[in-house]
Amino acid sequence: MYQKSLVELAADLQKGAYSSEELTRACLQRIHTHDERLNSFVTVTETQALTAAQAADAAIKAGTAGPLTGIPFAHKDIFCTNGVKTSCGSRMLDNFIAPYDATVTQKLLAAGAVMVGKTNMDEFAMGSSNETSFYGPVRNPWDETTVPGGSSGGSAAAVAARLVPVSTGTDTGGSIRQPAALCGVTGLKPTYGRVSRYGMIAFASSLDQGGPFARSAEDAAVLLGAMAGFDARDSTSVDRPVDDYVAQLNQPLQGLKIGLPKEYFGAGLDTAVGDAIAVAIEEFRKLGATVTEITLPNTHLSVPAYYVVAPAECSSNLSRFDGVRFGHRAANAQDLQDLYTRSRGEGFGSEVKRRILVGTYALSAGYYDAYYLKAQQVRHLIRDDFLQAFAQVDVIMGPTAPSVAFKLGEKADDPVSMYLSDIYTISVNLAGLPAISIPAGFSNGLPIGLQVIGNYFAEARLLNIGHRYQQVSDWHTRSPQGFE
Amino acid sequence: MELDASDVEKIAHLARLGINTEDIPAYARNLTDILAFVEQLNSVDTTGVEPLAHPLDATQRLRPDEVTETNNRENFQKVAPETESGLYLVPQVIE
Repeated sequence: MYQKSLVELAADLQKGAYSSEELTRACLQRIHTHDERLNSFVTVTETQALTAAQAADAAIKAGTAGPLTGIPFAHKDIFCTNGVKTSCGSRMLDNFIAPYDATVTQKLLAAGAVMVGKTNMDEFAMGSSNETSFYGPVRNPWDETTVPGGSSGGSAAAVAARLVPVSTGTDTGGSIRQPAALCGVTGLKPTYGRVSRYGMIAFASSLDQGGPFARSAEDAAVLLGAMAGFDARDSTSVDRPVDDYVAQLNQPLQGLKIGLPKEYFGAGLDTAVGDAIAVAIEEFRKLGATVTEITLPNTHLSVPAYYVVAPAECSSNLSRFDGVRFGHRAANAQDLQDLYTRSRGEGFGSEVKRRILVGTYALSAGYYDAYYLKAQQVRHLIRDDFLQAFAQVDVIMGPTAPSVAFKLGEKADDPVSMYLSDIYTISVNLAGLPAISIPAGFSNGLPIGLQVIGNYFAEARLLNIGHRYQQVSDWHTRSPQGFE
Repeated sequence: MELDASDVEKIAHLARLGINTEDIPAYARNLTDILAFVEQLNSVDTTGVEPLAHPLDATQRLRPDEVTETNNRENFQKVAPETESGLYLVPQVIE
């Protein structure tokens, strides 16, 4: 049953082909068998999962089940889960048992979904390879010597290896889309404010956004429908009804206007990736879409702007970790200053420290205008590029990442080269737009992702485009060998 | 902008962030590289461009001034390293 989609599993549960408890046990068994190699889970919540599955079975019997009732899912370890360790991939929170549920957690559990565990991730979501996790790197199931991408690498790898049908992620600069591309799964980053950030441990608050991972756009539509919605407890949540993502999946693509930004197909793009994207675009022409070249002239400034804005906001957000109220505390502190300095020094890993240092510098007296203010101005230009593009086209397509999965350790010592692996995803966060990555081919046995960027709140259209493409392609149905 | 060891120490102090002495040269190098990389921002003229604070230009939402949360002190302090009588304990600050 592990090869079945969420939608197929839900149908089987409804007709009693098997129970949620059986399905959940099968999932847990697969995690036990395969995850030692992948390291995609930080915590497996077996007891809670089985209790939730039994409750789901009762709901199915009582006829009160919804589309997610009894469906196992893996939850990125950035979302607070009441009574369950929420580590954010950091030693700082290795001892943190969250005392409350994030809104996303609450919504998924209320929808009857069964959480089987918390997934590994780059420390505090800072990374593009999952190598910065305190719990060690996640391995890409397509080739265990390569990275799964990051920061939501565990969530992407767990879905790719068919350990779970769906999982959650968060995306600050590409952390859903890039691992989705590198692991050959579907991942969607919603419009800023679409999914509540309450209880989602903050990295860069003006960029962070939660979203789904799934094997198909159809499954992602079901999960996003349950995750999205206004939340008064998140001050940046948008008060706007959630579209029926499933109902719009089959809309025709006749007349769809696709823009290809010339900046996304230039130097730095791996040839095999570029070729696969061109083939995918051809499919869309066959489906009735028209394709035009567009320009996003400030694209080259998006990574530099991001590496001011994100560290600045991270240095501010992570100041809450002080060894006083929760998280790691250094032993035998001499005084308060020593307590802060050593608790933070021991609790944070080197990439997190780098970003705190960059952010602190950028926000320090005399440098604010030169760095943070300048970056926010450039961010405005980047958003305007997109608004001008969307005056001509409905969606923008291009590669999700410049290459397929790279080797573990390949970029670990070179932060700037690592940062450039998010070159096509970062501008989307700066502009607050939604975008999806869908599987669109392979190079040397490693998956390639196609990114589709939409206008604000166009999640339904993106899922529709993904679904239509997945009706005429089979990249998303392929699964890595060795996980049978 | 070339950062040296003393700059790194100063920034680390501002952030109350303990770093190992032997790691300081590497941080100085990384930070210098990152700042050189973000220098590209200066290649574009942003005179008169409003800084983008929120992608949707949303402003802070207000709500009625009513009590919406109950007291959860005991629950929240369960995860604290050290508490006493509902207070968080830190090393002595005032002699």
